[in-house]
Amino acid sequence: MTVNDPGTHLPGPRLHLGPEAPLRLDCGVDLSPVTIAYQTYGRLNADKSNAILICHALTGDQYIADPNPLTGKPGWWLQLVGPGRVFDTDRYFLICSNVLGGCMGTTGPSSTNPATGAPWGLTFPVITVGDMVRAQVRLIDHLGIDQLFCVIGGSMGGMQVLEWAAHYPHRVFSAIPIATAARHSAQNIAFGEVGRQAIISDPDWCQGDYLVQGRQPNAGLAVARMAAHITYLSEAALHRKFGRNLQGRSLTYGFDADFQVESYLRHQGSSFVERFDANSYLYITRAMDYFDLAADHGGALANAFRGTRVRFCIVSFSSDWLFPTCESRAVVQALNAVAANVSFVEVESDKGHDAFLLDEPEFHATLRGFLTGAAEHRGLPRGTGR
Amino acid sequence: MSRRDNRAGAGIRVDLQLIADMISPGARVLDIGCGEGTLLDHLNRSKQVDGRGIELSMAGVRAAVAQGLSVIQGDADTDLKDYPPGAFDYVVLSQTLQATREPRHVLEQMLRIGRHAIVSFPNFGHWRVRLSLLRHGRMPVTETLTYQWHDTPNIHLCTISDFHVLCAELGIVIERAISLNANGRPRYDASGRFANLLGEQAVFLLRRAGPKAD
Repeated sequence: MTVNDPGTHLPGPRLHLGPEAPLRLDCGVDLSPVTIAYQTYGRLNADKSNAILICHALTGDQYIADPNPLTGKPGWWLQLVGPGRVFDTDRYFLICSNVLGGCMGTTGPSSTNPATGAPWGLTFPVITVGDMVRAQVRLIDHLGIDQLFCVIGGSMGGMQVLEWAAHYPHRVFSAIPIATAARHSAQNIAFGEVGRQAIISDPDWCQGDYLVQGRQPNAGLAVARMAAHITYLSEAALHRKFGRNLQGRSLTYGFDADFQVESYLRHQGSSFVERFDANSYLYITRAMDYFDLAADHGGALANAFRGTRVRFCIVSFSSDWLFPTCESRAVVQALNAVAANVSFVEVESDKGHDAFLLDEPEFHATLRGFLTGAAEHRGLPRGTGR
Repeated sequence: MSRRDNRAGAGIRVDLQLIADMISPGARVLDIGCGEGTLLDHLNRSKQVDGRGIELSMAGVRAAVAQGLSVIQGDADTDLKDYPPGAFDYVVLSQTLQATREPRHVLEQMLRIGRHAIVSFPNFGHWRVRLSLLRHGRMPVTETLTYQWHDTPNIHLCTISDFHVLCAELGIVIERAISLNANGRPRYDASGRFANLLGEQAVFLLRRAGPKAD
């Protein structure tokens, strides 16, 4: 039924939810069938108390510590995963699933609609961050885990973490939302719209029907990525990396990539289209726009966390202007209002939003300290410390 | 602001130990100006408290969180209002009251969100301070007041007597009051007659007026 789906050939286990177990979405649609592609690392202990769910960001995937099967690049959090590392695989069991609406094996707009035998395209229902988490809940149920030891993620992954803590507090022992916010700001919705319009304006997008038409809106998707990529960096990081350095020896007095920063962005755009689906980009950015945890709780963010026993560690980065520290502070204030157990660290970094994916020793020390402290409270035995 | 490092042997500083002794096991504790979390860590281990901290300096916060302590970056003057009434059994403010912009407001907030408040501060009424001002006619720099007037974070210094007056004005009940020497060793009952002259610093255990909290 889904043999021709892009993503079907990608390695890793799958959970298939059949017609008897549809996923009820926020938009009211019962989505079925649903496939969830995921990866695990480490070993689930006997009482299933050592599981960490890692939630990936907009263009991330489940291959946190494996070479990406499409690009061959190392996993996006490889440096944190392994025996003795922050996510000690001798101690914890790591789970990461491709989000609903994605294009790396989990059901999304490029999957086949069984009713038509054709890709869903724009007939795929609009999904939310809540729907993504609903799919993850099914996966955690399937794995027989009552309570996750920790849910962690950055950016859109952090939104999922907050959603987990707010809606499934009894199933989460600790939560680490990183470089994120309880709602998408007007500026972020605006950036999302630029990306979507770039895709939609590409004639090869074909009203979302490009897979059937045998075309690819690569130009539009690449521009969307280029615009977004700027928001992941910082002025200081761009200046340090490129300054006004030229590609060649002198200006060409034309519109080729004279500056190194242009060439870099073009490369970011053209390599992105090799691994990402344009319609997935539309759906997932839309889900981020719709995210507003306070609105779901009578306009008061504190209501989302009332009575929570979850241990929180909120992390922001000083140069992140996409999800600035004030957004994290708003979450901290809401958690203080219900006297929740919360730690909050702003990591000093000039690397912008992307800092959560990079080698930031202070950030990693924070994660390690918080996880170790939480593990002590949870009574998890130490890893073998190989 | 950072605490001075007068340790009692291998343990924690004597004045911090004195504060710890006032806190009952398993209590909910908020340590305002917790630094790197020395007191919180001690309370976690020795009294199994449910401990939280607020610290102004991000370096202090990062060090505390990396130890597994629940600490946020925040400001005593502005951030206590976020907490609900009665959220804690003890709210601790050690050697920081004199550095707040609105000590009176901070004290009221502490006793709104906590059943008890524990406050320690350097005593500007100590005889050395008085003598120094009298003899030299300059702002005193002593073992407990180590800054020059132009770079001190201590913008609201007070004496033990001043603090008694403020507590009376605010209707705050003083449950215990201990004056200490510069090394943090307890010397006198800080409600006693000569405490304001002989105590270099003081620790007060406070509660709201009305029915006894405990």
